[in-house]
Amino acid sequence: MSGPKLSFDQPNRYIGQPVPRADAQRLLMGRGRFVDDMQAPRMVHAAFLRSPVAHGRIVSLDVAAARRMPGVVAVITGADLVGVVEPYVGVLSHLAGLRSAPQMPMAVGRVRWQGEPVAMVLAQSRAEAEDAVAEIHLDLEDLPAATDMERALDPDAPVIHPEFGSNLAWTRTVNVGDVDAALKGQDITIVEREFRFGRHTGVTLEARATLVEYDPAEDQLTVLYSGQAPHMMQFIFAKHFGMLEENVRVISQDVGGSFGIKIHTYGDEIAAAAAARMLGRPVKFVADRFESFMTDIHARDHAVRGRMAVGRAGHIVALDFDDVTGIGPYSMYPRTSAIEANQVLNLTGAPYVVPNYRATSKVVFQNKTLMCQYRAVGHPIAMAICDGLLEEAAAAIGMDPVEIRRRNLMRDDSYPRTSASGMKLDDLSHQKALEKLVEMMDYARLRENQARLRQQGIHRGIGFVSMVEVTNPSPMFYGIGGAPIASQDGATVRLDAGGGVHVSSSVTEQGQGTNAILQQIVAGVLGVDIARVKVTTGDTRTTPYGGGTWASRGAGIGGEAALLAAQALKEQVLDVAAVILQTQADKLDVADGSVVDAGGGAARMTLSDLARTVYYRGNELPSDMKPELVATRHYRVTDMPFVFTNGAMAAEVEVDVETGFVRVVNFWAVEDCGRVINPRLVDEQVRGGVVQGIGGALYEECLYSEDGQLLTTTMADYLVPMAAEMPDIHVAHIETPTKTSILGAKGAGEAGTGGAPAAVMNAVNDALRPLGASIFQMPMTPARVLAALGRAGH
Amino acid sequence: MPETRDITLTVNGETVTATVPVRLNLVDFLRNSLGLTGSHVGCEHGVCGACTLDVDGATTRGCLMLAVQADGCTITTVEGLPAHGMAGALRAAFTERNALQCGFCTPGMLASALEYIGAGGAADRTAIREHLSGNYCRCTGYQSIVDAVCDVIEGRARA
Repeated sequence: MSGPKLSFDQPNRYIGQPVPRADAQRLLMGRGRFVDDMQAPRMVHAAFLRSPVAHGRIVSLDVAAARRMPGVVAVITGADLVGVVEPYVGVLSHLAGLRSAPQMPMAVGRVRWQGEPVAMVLAQSRAEAEDAVAEIHLDLEDLPAATDMERALDPDAPVIHPEFGSNLAWTRTVNVGDVDAALKGQDITIVEREFRFGRHTGVTLEARATLVEYDPAEDQLTVLYSGQAPHMMQFIFAKHFGMLEENVRVISQDVGGSFGIKIHTYGDEIAAAAAARMLGRPVKFVADRFESFMTDIHARDHAVRGRMAVGRAGHIVALDFDDVTGIGPYSMYPRTSAIEANQVLNLTGAPYVVPNYRATSKVVFQNKTLMCQYRAVGHPIAMAICDGLLEEAAAAIGMDPVEIRRRNLMRDDSYPRTSASGMKLDDLSHQKALEKLVEMMDYARLRENQARLRQQGIHRGIGFVSMVEVTNPSPMFYGIGGAPIASQDGATVRLDAGGGVHVSSSVTEQGQGTNAILQQIVAGVLGVDIARVKVTTGDTRTTPYGGGTWASRGAGIGGEAALLAAQALKEQVLDVAAVILQTQADKLDVADGSVVDAGGGAARMTLSDLARTVYYRGNELPSDMKPELVATRHYRVTDMPFVFTNGAMAAEVEVDVETGFVRVVNFWAVEDCGRVINPRLVDEQVRGGVVQGIGGALYEECLYSEDGQLLTTTMADYLVPMAAEMPDIHVAHIETPTKTSILGAKGAGEAGTGGAPAAVMNAVNDALRPLGASIFQMPMTPARVLAALGRAGH
Repeated sequence: MPETRDITLTVNGETVTATVPVRLNLVDFLRNSLGLTGSHVGCEHGVCGACTLDVDGATTRGCLMLAVQADGCTITTVEGLPAHGMAGALRAAFTERNALQCGFCTPGMLASALEYIGAGGAADRTAIREHLSGNYCRCTGYQSIVDAVCDVIEGRARA
């Protein structure tokens, strides 16, 4: 560790403790403050007419009848917003060559995906707004749609943005070593497979929601926002409405799940804000579930042909793949829709020594809902390609999947180093994690059990994944490319007169427990009871400037800023105490809310006494003393582009070969996220992430008809994991603190979602292998499993 | 104007009289007319369970019942659950196990869990998972919720 040494086991030291979240009771009593719980005087409700087709030209749009409907205050079309909203383009300069067309909040002239907003009704109630939407007359000329991403680059495919000449948005190739020469080597075994990853989406239980107020007297826009990045949205509203950023206040209170869904620029939310400005009255928009499925960003959607060559002893000789991914008709603003493909190229094979690596990704436009960053961006694809091929290679040469990993995983004492794709890696523990996993799952016994059950006609499989997770991103992720996304975060820590402490932080809470870990860190550093620490997050007016919570950065970056601020405040407190007590600051400490003699000595004065002296009775202090009982610090990662974590996971599944159903019987995860601030919260992040990953592997898919009609628009059609299908998940930790911070914490939010799909896929293939079948398409639905078994249609 | 009806019902122990559009569903009435925003709306077609509440002792989807159908009924929402007894113990167990993250599913999840416990359900993880399978939670992965329900049944949790 590079920073000063910290002891985490003294009184009031909460780091490493499973402290319950302070905000849990409020939510359990039904006292949450979600956007749709809020009402404002003179508020109107927005409902949208959306494109019914994937691609079309607007011939006419007649809103006269809708305007006459009961309760209607206004009807606004896409054309009405020209000149009101500056169009936005989802490109970043560090993704060289990425192109996308300007977008407006609602369609102007052409519609390019089913669900694209076309017109908006503002009415006294949502029901009346929807009644009026039904009276809007939209005449569309159908245009041919490019929906299949694998045919979107064909010469005869309809080109969605004619000015680009093709549907290619971006392409990148990584080429390290000499793959072609390696593939011609002696004594190697080559496995080649085609992988398919279906589209899925976040299905946050609270749909996207916004309540926007505009005060023309002060040119003040106030946005209640269900999302993860208030300062990013402040910039976006200001820039695209031509306002000063300080006149835009974005507030996120309780957020009912986000997972990367609520961190993008959605036309309906921008249009609702535009309407609030045009009408001078509050506008609420809450997506219904149909709108969520159709307009929340979708994720994944990759087709990959990959091959791996291994030597006789199982060492990876080469890894080579081509990826194509469909992103809808635009690159999402401002994070772009090329980051996932970029991550797939960066992360595939990153746990292993891969001497020759070649990978190409093509990112294509298509007439479907926009695709963008969702929990574990790119990770499930990257891990499934490499670990899928690795287990196939192991089977081909007759080696156990654990043994082939032992031979290829980077050694724990070999860091710092880089991955084949050039990613800087440090403080990882792949070998240790794998051994801990094998021990935890009692691997030998599981294999015996598998063999016994197979004799009874029960087909169980065991699959693994060794993985990395991108966490604590530096400015190299977005800021370098010009995105208005802060990589640094700040915390202000203040001692109040009553002895309580207030923390204000720019990271945000969507249920992970951000507020709880900030309390733990600050209480511990200052030496106060955790119940005396209150936290504010999610308000651009009252918190320091920062990026918010995404890419597993809340604890690692926001937590470090809070730690630094609390340390600074403690120094300030001890300086004041030294004057009042006529001693030196280094002879004092703080414990249990009092200034004490250092080294566990007697209490000298309470923090409340100290603060009241400063705030009320400054006459007792020397005239030249200017006490400050508030401190602010910011933190960003400087030594690395990302701080990687690692993990090892395993799934045991049972495949019903008659019905094709796959049941996950057991799941184990060993995670190394550095310093664990709150083991309970980390365990629950891992478990929730694993279940989301199992959902992607087995159930979840946004299905489209050939002409671009979304077929899965209800929760009865789009299947999410429910309690009965899910196993108990066994979680263990290794703690290798990152050297980039004092706290040593890395992120943990995405590992489960990134790793579980590969482990489940490998387990299914382990079960199917004796039957001569295999499957590399997710979700692995019963129909696809039966097709893999050659039993389709029976 | 849409057709309306007058209704009188008891909500969390209070008598409420209102004139409601006949098409208004119960959860929208509770949230928007009475300000009881603890019951949440997730899918509006009875699949996600976020609006689950108690109507005359029966666990009910607030989105699948019209407000006019609740005329004369006695309703308990999350706001009306007592601080003591089984409900208090369940809240304590949810806190201890971190059986909620974003908290959006939680009011409905509590209602379904209380139905199971109140009916004398056993601390059988499979049966609990089966019973809670009408309530969608995207955050937790369900295990901690099952743990919390077991804690209450086995007497480990106290209000």
